[in-house]
This record gives sequence, C-alpha cells and structure tokens, in this order.
Amino acid sequence: MHPAFSVIFFTVTSGAGYGLIAITAIYSAFDFSQPMTGEQTLLLSAVALVLITSGLISSTFHLANPKNAWRAFSRVRTSWLAREGLLAILFYPIVMLYVYLVWRGVDASNSTAMTALALLTGVWAIVTVFSTGMIYASLKTIRQWNNALTPVNYISLGLMLGGLLFSLLLSLSGDVSANLTMVASYMVVIAATIKIVYFFWIGAPAGPTINTATSFTSRTVRLLDVGHTAGTFLTDEFGYQVARDRLVALRWVAMVLGFILPSLIVWFGLGEGDNTLMLAAAVISAFAGVAVERWLFFAEARHVVNLYHGAQQC
Amino acid sequence: MKLGLVVDLDTCVGCNACAVACKQWNTSGTTGPLTDLEPYGKDPTGVWFNRIRNYELGDYPENKTVHFPMSCMHCEDAACVTVCPTGASYKREEDGIVLVDQDKCMGCNLCAWACPYGARELDPEEGVMKKCTLCVDRIYDEALPEDERQPACVMTCPAHARFFGDFDDPNSEVSRLSRERGGEHLMPELGYKPVNTYLPPRNKTNIPTYKNETNPIEKVKDWVNRLVAR
Repeated sequence: MHPAFSVIFFTVTSGAGYGLIAITAIYSAFDFSQPMTGEQTLLLSAVALVLITSGLISSTFHLANPKNAWRAFSRVRTSWLAREGLLAILFYPIVMLYVYLVWRGVDASNSTAMTALALLTGVWAIVTVFSTGMIYASLKTIRQWNNALTPVNYISLGLMLGGLLFSLLLSLSGDVSANLTMVASYMVVIAATIKIVYFFWIGAPAGPTINTATSFTSRTVRLLDVGHTAGTFLTDEFGYQVARDRLVALRWVAMVLGFILPSLIVWFGLGEGDNTLMLAAAVISAFAGVAVERWLFFAEARHVVNLYHGAQQC
Repeated sequence: MKLGLVVDLDTCVGCNACAVACKQWNTSGTTGPLTDLEPYGKDPTGVWFNRIRNYELGDYPENKTVHFPMSCMHCEDAACVTVCPTGASYKREEDGIVLVDQDKCMGCNLCAWACPYGARELDPEEGVMKKCTLCVDRIYDEALPEDERQPACVMTCPAHARFFGDFDDPNSEVSRLSRERGGEHLMPELGYKPVNTYLPPRNKTNIPTYKNETNPIEKVKDWVNRLVAR
C-alpha cells in the first residue's frame, strides 16, 4: 500500500493526542498520591487537543474531494470510517465540557458527575482510536491489516505516546514522580510486545493466491502481460513495494527509536532532579519510531489486487 | 434481479475491444468523463472500467495463454458499499448494480481498498471514485432497439466471449452457461459473493510437439537437416 504522508501524520499525531487526553482524564478522575493541579490538567488537555485537531485536519488532505467530507458521518451503521469521523467530532463537545469544568475549578476526583465525565472523555478517546484501527482491520483484502492486532496496536501505541507526553508535560509544568514515569515506560514495553507479535503474525503467507484470484486452482498461473505500459491508479495505490532487506532494516529502526531507546532513556536517565530533558528525548525518539512504524504498517501491507499484477500470493 | 456478466475464457482473444468500447460509451455516460492523464505523453494513464490481463496457465508443454478481462463483479455482499462513509457507493435493490453517486463521493479511496478485484479507480481530475456501471444508461434505454440494450463491452465483443443477463433467472443465458460450463467466481474465499462468472477454457487435445528421434540414423538426418538449414 502506498504510504500517504497525510494518513501517517494523522494516525500518529491524533493517536498520541487521544492517548494523552485519555490518560489525563482518567488520571484526573481518581485521587492519586500525586494529583494534578487544574492548570496542569488544562495544559495537558490543550496539548492533546492540538495534536488531535492537527491530525484530523491532516486526514482531510488525503481526500481527493474534501468538499464532500461533511457527508462522511452518514453511514455509521456499516462504515468504520464514518464511525471514526462521528466519534472524533462528538468527542469535541465532551472534552470541551470537561476542559471547561476543569477551568472552572471542579475537581474530578471529588465530584461524582465530574468523575463520570472524566471517565467518559478517556474511554471515548480510546474508542475513537479503536475505530481508526478498525478502518484498516475491517479490510479483508489486506491480510496484514485484517486481524485483531491492528486496532490493539493503534490503541497501545497511542497510549504509549500519550503516556510519555503525560510525564514530559507534568515535568515541564512542575514535577512528575518517578513512579508515573516508570508506568509510562511499562506502556512502551507493552506496545513493543504487541508490535513484535504483529510482525510475527503477518510473517507467514496466508492470503489468497493467484490461483483463487483467477479461478484456475489446479494449475500454475503466471502473469504474462499486465495490459498497460504506464502505471495506473491501481499500481500507484496498491503496487507500492520496498525491498525485503530495507523493510527488515526499517523494522529495526522502528523498534530501536520507538521502544528500545525511550525505555532505556527512562530506566537509566531517571534521576532525582529535573527529568524534563531526559523525557523530551524519550518523547522525540518515540514519535520518530512510531512514525517509522506507521510508514511500515502501510508499506508492508499487500493488497490482493496485486495478484492481478503478477504477485503469486498476498 | 441479479444482473451480471459471464466471460468465456475459452473464446476471449484478448483484443481489448471490450475495454475500448466501455471507455467510449462511459466517458460520455452517467459517470463520465473517464479522465486520461498525459494521453499522448510518456506515461499515459487514466480511468478504465475494464482491464484485460494475460496469463499463462500450466507448464510447458501443457500450457495455455488465457486472456482475462475484469470489470466490477457487482458483488452480492459488496464490501465497497459497506465501507463507504458518505453513502456515495450503493447497490441497487432492484437489479444489484453497484454504483457510485458522483455528487456524494469525497474521494477517500476506502472503497478501492476494500475491493479485491481492482474494479474502482479514482479520477484524479474530478476527485471521485469511478467504476463499471454495467452500462445502466444503456440496458434500460427504451430508445435503443431491444437487442442493443446490453453493456457496451458485451455488444462489441467480436469473439462473443461476453454475455449479459439475470443470474436470478435459472433459464437465462448467463445462468445456463454458468451451469453447463462450470462458471467460476474469482476469490470466493473473501466472501463478497461476486456475481460475474468466468467460464474455464475447454479441454482440447494437445498439439503434438517435436521430439528428437532416438534412432541413430534419424539423429544423423536431423543433424544434417539443421546443418543445411543454416
């Protein structure tokens, strides 16, 4: 699949934003040992909303006819893209009410209604990321995406980036306890584990073959001629292919930048004093790694239409 | 009704006339134009509803070239319609034709991602998805003589390898041909229940191929023959 920059930017950025607001809202709902101040909650929510909104705006650059984008909420009964769009739009009034009440000084861990609103905000954010993943997971034409690990990956990576940002922003606006930062690093470990399982899961060829694609199931089938001399929409969109060794190298880049480096930075860099610089390094590395991961998510996906362009199995 | 096509892979000669006739009819039809980019340039590309690929079946000497035209299968369980967020993609209840409402499409490409058959192509100029209409603007046109109310690809096929009809009617030509010739669906394992069927090539006796004689005298004659020819 052609890795479109707008979609990579959208899924990484808004995924991190939803992860951050989910952690912030849920954290604020309970009376933990290190409660956030109202100002901190506002700062974290504002950063999350900037990330979410810039991601959503970027996603519209992927549309060839954005003037009809407003129609995209009309088929929520069947389409995961419509569900994602609707969840993303309806999230705004909920999070705005939450932010407004925080600004008015309502403490989420004291008032039952506010606790419920904070939890709703957090769960809604996670469900929105889930529906983003389901857009891809629901496509039976792409074996690498059509499995339960796809939405799980989207959620775990969103929460991981959100968790690291959460620590960084708390550190920037005051102080963050070592325990909280360690929890963020555990999220990195969990996200890495899920991603490694995903890489193994998509490793073995298991999809349709050129035989079922052409109905000749008892003989060898080879493409002689594809029928066009230049590229087509189909070859541009689905024919994207990268050399195997480069993909493996990029997997390592994603693993090192996205997971290994941030974990090591946190585990060995966590000190008594100000950890802001250390956390900033971890966040930057994690974002770069997840961007490579998202690029790979598209580049490694093989659409079955490639069977009509010469592939033997997808 | 369940309208669709039957393609006879036994008689198709791969001449691309169906694709050209399709382009000619539909570029001025309801979903036209079928935009071309750089038609006279180095890398001409554009929107086609019908594409023909050529395959080699089996291994030498039991091999065969098969020409393989593909257009929309008008699936009974059309994933392209399921994933469409705007409602631009729809399947007509009365005859099963899958269409794109050009006024509603936002060009997100998701339907093309969901289609295993490559039936949908984005028009980069208009920014909307385009696909085979089964010549919906032909087959119901009462101004046309009755025998011409067929898709342009079927009308034009010089090898008579394409048939159009109602698969719900067990006595229609398409149902009868599919039944008698063992018509196959493509990628049935994905479960989209494509309507169009493909008739496999008939079994024919192999054309005898030249084999080197084992008799020593024949071998010498063979060698002399090759020498003289050179």
